[in-house]
Amino acid sequence: MQRIGVFVCWCGNNIAATVDVERVSEILSHEYGVVYSTNYQFMCSENGQQLIKTAIKEHNLTGIVVCSCSPRMHEATFRKTAEAAGLNPYMVEIANIREHCSWIHKDREEATAKAVILGRTAIAKLLLNTPLTAGEVGVTKRALVIGGGIAGIQTALDIAEAGYEVDIVEQRATIGGRMAQLDKTFPTLDCSACILTPKMVDCAQSEKIDILAYSEVEEVKGFVGNFTVKIRRKARYVDETKCTGCGACMNACPSKKGLNEFNMNLNTRPAIYIPFAQAIPNVAVIDPEQCLKLKTGKCGLCQRKCEVGAIDYTMQDTFIERNYGAIVVATGFRISDLKYFNEYGYADNKDVITSLELERLMNAAGPTGGTLLRPSDKKHPKVITFIQCVGSRDISGCGKPYCSKICCMYTAKHAMLIREKYPDTEVHVFYIDIRTPGKNYDEFYRRAVEQYGVDYIKGMVGKVYANGDKLMVQGSDLLNNEQITIESDLVVLAAAIEPEPSVRRIATMLSASIDTNNFLTEAHAKLRPVESPTAGVYLSGMCQGPKDIPETVSQASACAAKVIGLLAKDKLKSNPCVSHSDEMMCNGCGTCANVCPYGAITYIDKEFRLGGGKTETRRVASVNEAVCQGCGACTVACPSGAMDLKGFANKQIMAEVESICKR
Amino acid sequence: MDNTELTNRLKELSGTNVRQCMKCGKCSGRCPMFDKMDVKPHQFVSYLADGKIEKLQNSKSLWYCLSCMECVERCPRGVAPAAVIEAIRESVVRPQGGNRLQPEEVPALLNDEVPQQLIVGAYRKYNH
Repeated sequence: MQRIGVFVCWCGNNIAATVDVERVSEILSHEYGVVYSTNYQFMCSENGQQLIKTAIKEHNLTGIVVCSCSPRMHEATFRKTAEAAGLNPYMVEIANIREHCSWIHKDREEATAKAVILGRTAIAKLLLNTPLTAGEVGVTKRALVIGGGIAGIQTALDIAEAGYEVDIVEQRATIGGRMAQLDKTFPTLDCSACILTPKMVDCAQSEKIDILAYSEVEEVKGFVGNFTVKIRRKARYVDETKCTGCGACMNACPSKKGLNEFNMNLNTRPAIYIPFAQAIPNVAVIDPEQCLKLKTGKCGLCQRKCEVGAIDYTMQDTFIERNYGAIVVATGFRISDLKYFNEYGYADNKDVITSLELERLMNAAGPTGGTLLRPSDKKHPKVITFIQCVGSRDISGCGKPYCSKICCMYTAKHAMLIREKYPDTEVHVFYIDIRTPGKNYDEFYRRAVEQYGVDYIKGMVGKVYANGDKLMVQGSDLLNNEQITIESDLVVLAAAIEPEPSVRRIATMLSASIDTNNFLTEAHAKLRPVESPTAGVYLSGMCQGPKDIPETVSQASACAAKVIGLLAKDKLKSNPCVSHSDEMMCNGCGTCANVCPYGAITYIDKEFRLGGGKTETRRVASVNEAVCQGCGACTVACPSGAMDLKGFANKQIMAEVESICKR
Repeated sequence: MDNTELTNRLKELSGTNVRQCMKCGKCSGRCPMFDKMDVKPHQFVSYLADGKIEKLQNSKSLWYCLSCMECVERCPRGVAPAAVIEAIRESVVRPQGGNRLQPEEVPALLNDEVPQQLIVGAYRKYNH
């Protein structure tokens, strides 16, 4: 016979304003098995927890039900409380009467009745609970960082600094990411490459960091502390260990018409190339779509020019498998597609460009050597019009519903830099709202207006159309209540950013949750912002939401701190709520092993005594408790009811359902 | 009908949620009749949100809007300024009982220059 205690929390007014907590605790006190029932203002507070501990001891409680907030919030708290009072932590059940009740209902009567039902349900389950003991698993002291932009680089450097080994997997041929493409950074206007490339070099020189560039994550198995990851090393056709990055091959290559992705396709590059001068690893790569030798079998000039014999046209993709304790997602972002925004004429006019293209046009290592020339006729633009919020804050279905966050600041930066370098240029900016929170940010934007004379127009552009060699930008000036048309030479669109699309595949492999915009979801928006709800998976940079470089670097370091915290542990407590098989009922059909997403179930041949000295050998399911994550898929799939989950047994769930249906 | 009731009725009639407007002005940025209008397309949305119906009903813009729907097409927030204008226009036409176009007037309007759809459209728009 169990002795159950019920503890109803007011959560200040969060619960008490909608639910009659006094009545709930009174009604639940009459439930079967309940020997003590009370309510308190803040059950999670030290006093509240003390109240629980005292009650456990005084009333010899064998289990407790806490009617409070979501178990995601405080289940761990109350389990610790129970453990401290000598109770098994798995003899604690939470009835969620906040998120599932008081926060979503208005009617006090109905909410109170529902809170009682939720409490009864938890009691019904608790009556069938048995004490469980968590096992221990080891931790592989190595981290994987997916993505080699500034977020991944900073996270890797910080983890390496703490003495742990880190691998960076980068899908492109070099690390550096988007930041490497930028010209200057706000609000201090330092050169992006000058502050980024030393960090890239640090990665390359660190004994703890292994850079796996031109590689992709192919498969992820395992769980927190014990991931096994298969990595595809794409064929570069150049031996990384031999290539010295001299560039002789690039000069020799006769096929020079490949679009230069690093320069946002604004110029061309050879089929064999090093993405940019400071690339890490500083090793050439062959574009197989463009290489004559690979496509037609004729050429081979680069191989003849290469003095170290690094070029190998027969190279194939290879696979490596490594073990990791933690995985960091740092997959970054890209500029969203503008195909639904014909009104801005991006596809039709060469001189309508995105801001990232402008970065390359202003960069000394860019296609114009740093002189701002418009793409169509290579002339100096004299009137430049910027359009903000192109595709951001758009719920019409054409764009993104969110604010891309970085555009107000980089547009102010571009406008300012252009006015500084070419004072005879007229610069207009169409804006809806200027959003510049952040240290020295609003001052920066005001400087563009007040000191550099950039013309900010409150309003949105309706149409951009060509007129001779000019671009007519027609839009509204809301403050003057006028419709205006600006004859421009160059139009720059602050296009919405979106997560790098490959993140969807990675999130699926990691079972990490992702939102409708393809941003990864954090475990708690405020209190656990760099962790995924999936244990052992961490988030760094733009993959979690729009952010600028300072914010990305802060988050990357925070993420590293969390990873280090995990890797520093020798053992992790495993979840005891795992699956097990009743061998007497198992018929060896194999269904459970097929549905198990973690590969935790295997089949063994086992001998059973039949009586009368006879034995029988049968094939039965066996669960590896260290690998099982307790998802319960097998318990649903099992046709004979042999699979069951500890802590969430079928009969417990049925008891809950019965309790809800009971009047 | 008091003003609050009328405002709510017109919001419902327009079928558009004026609260979704983020006041970017893109609708007015491309309106081909902007210069003729005394009340601009974006103001139709904000005046309706504020319940300033009389200003809208007395505006000349009601009769200048071409219903070309460019403002509807371009709005990043899924707001339909042209539908607001349409709703206000109906609120002016209908209570007057003054059907702008009587059935018996229609034959006289027909000639080779005027497409029939225009007559049908006008008959729908200007009649109760």
